[in-house]
Amino acid sequence: MTAPETESFESLSVESAAVLRQESAWQRVRRNGAVRFGAVALALLIGIAAAAPWLGTVDPSLFDAGSRDLLPGKTGDITTLEGEIIRHTFFMGSDSYGRDIYSRVVFGTRVSLAVGVCAALVALAFGIVFGLSAGYLRWLDGVLMRIMDGIMAIPAILIAIALIAAWRGSLVTVIVAIAIPEIPRVSRLVRALVLTIREEPYVEAAIALGTPPWKIMLAHILPNTVAPLVVQGTFICASAILVEAILSFLGVGLPPDIPTWGNIMAEGRVQFVEYPHNVFFPGIFLAVTVLAVNILGDGLRDTLDPKMAKRV
Amino acid sequence: MYTFLARRLLATIPVLLVVAVLVFLMLRLTPGDPAAILAGDAANTEQIAQIRTGLGLDRPIIVQFGIWAGNLLSGDLGESFYYKQKVTTLIAHRLEPTVSLAALTILIAVAVSVPLGVLAAWRFGSLFDRMLMGFSVIGFSVPVFVLAYILIWLISLKLGWLPVQGYQRLADGFGPWLRHLLLPSITLSVIYIALIARVTRASVLESLGEDYIRTARAKGLPELRVLVRHALANAAVPIVTVIGIGIALLIGGVVVTESVYAIPGLGRLTVDAVLARDFPTIQGVILFFSFVYVGINLLVDLSYVFLDPRIRY
Repeated sequence: MTAPETESFESLSVESAAVLRQESAWQRVRRNGAVRFGAVALALLIGIAAAAPWLGTVDPSLFDAGSRDLLPGKTGDITTLEGEIIRHTFFMGSDSYGRDIYSRVVFGTRVSLAVGVCAALVALAFGIVFGLSAGYLRWLDGVLMRIMDGIMAIPAILIAIALIAAWRGSLVTVIVAIAIPEIPRVSRLVRALVLTIREEPYVEAAIALGTPPWKIMLAHILPNTVAPLVVQGTFICASAILVEAILSFLGVGLPPDIPTWGNIMAEGRVQFVEYPHNVFFPGIFLAVTVLAVNILGDGLRDTLDPKMAKRV
Repeated sequence: MYTFLARRLLATIPVLLVVAVLVFLMLRLTPGDPAAILAGDAANTEQIAQIRTGLGLDRPIIVQFGIWAGNLLSGDLGESFYYKQKVTTLIAHRLEPTVSLAALTILIAVAVSVPLGVLAAWRFGSLFDRMLMGFSVIGFSVPVFVLAYILIWLISLKLGWLPVQGYQRLADGFGPWLRHLLLPSITLSVIYIALIARVTRASVLESLGEDYIRTARAKGLPELRVLVRHALANAAVPIVTVIGIGIALLIGGVVVTESVYAIPGLGRLTVDAVLARDFPTIQGVILFFSFVYVGINLLVDLSYVFLDPRIRY
């Protein structure tokens, strides 16, 4: 992580300070090593998710009784939906139903990324609404923040588990259940930003000009919260991917027929001693994905939100 | 000091109240008949009707909450539909493994992360510092169950050093107890180490820049004493704070770790209760975990007075 530092020292010696100051946030972001690494890794994973059907995979729900528990790299039969039997190489082996782990892992990328991004967006949307309301409408502040304190006092995974137990697992309920415990942190962040920004002279000027409160919120305050929210959203995305995998792994997440990394590992854990690859392959994908998103978040925080970078 | 104590204690009451309301509403605001959900999938119409009148589900929701909160205050969390036992009894029986696991995890995490964090701050920017920060990002990202299986595979299956799973009560001897808990605790401590090491490093780094450090060095104190008595002592408040906040992470980790290592604790109880859709137990366990979390953070706040004499309430 020292690469960007030495880079900026070099540019300091060559360029004048005035030129450096004009550098936009976007340029700083693009030059950051962590952002580059995270973005490239993430782009690769998005590519895998998008191109899943063309990466030598079969339909992840296909199984064949004759191809149960194959070791990685073995070739076996698999029955297509039309009832046709084809030869297939199981790069990552097969599970106890004779399903292709590789296909399931590749298709699982779609689920994980979708859950991560959607949960982050849901948490951000609600957090922005609550945070703006609490920060701008003072009478709401006390009540809203006490509720948020209450949610934060319950460990996140427990909230998600309990909600899914009541709702039953589906893609939507899992996303919402994962997003809910993240809302308080976003609300608090937005509220704190609003309280700082509303004291700025340009907001005072807008108030003096008789601008209605909703317009001040949307046009003057919200744009200034974008950078910290992008950072926060990235970290929520990483933790949402993790929590989804944990829920599925525990058997309380998405239905077991949906190929998710957590589900593959849940299915594989029973035979872990004989066939550890059922757990390891999806585990590696999961860890690398979360790592990439976290590194991207670290880089974005360092470049977009230097104040927060100093605090952590 | 005593007014602070009283104020801080009073401040936790609304938080606990909100937690209780949320846990109560979690079930009532879900689509469907709460009595049917409470009774579970196997119940017949008669049992559902019995639960409905028994819990007063036909009465206004405020009254329902009153009854529920009244029971809660008298220490009654209701009866489990799956285990046919008082939820409080269930929790009491499952407490030992979870407390053992959590305590050993915190012990390992603090013993490892604080010295590493101090060392990284002392040699700021060095290879060791960068490696520790790299590890801390990885430690945050590797899911606890993936790490658990890697460690089981390596240490238990390949090397055969420790048992794969299970739990031995402390009453049956310290040795077996430790042998069964060591691997789960190490697994669980990794994310905690990442968290505490990061904050220790940042906090010690800040205090190392203070004038009193220069003074301490100038009067010829040995470097270790400067680091521990002056830098670390002044950096203690954020470190203890993050240990308290990390309890939430720990509780989430306990649920997963107990499941992987087949430890019959509260985490395992939570998952079993969810799979059986045993709502009184789910509510009871969540309330219990949340109250413990709030209580520990209360203690953390109170500890500031002892850790930093400059803080006067």
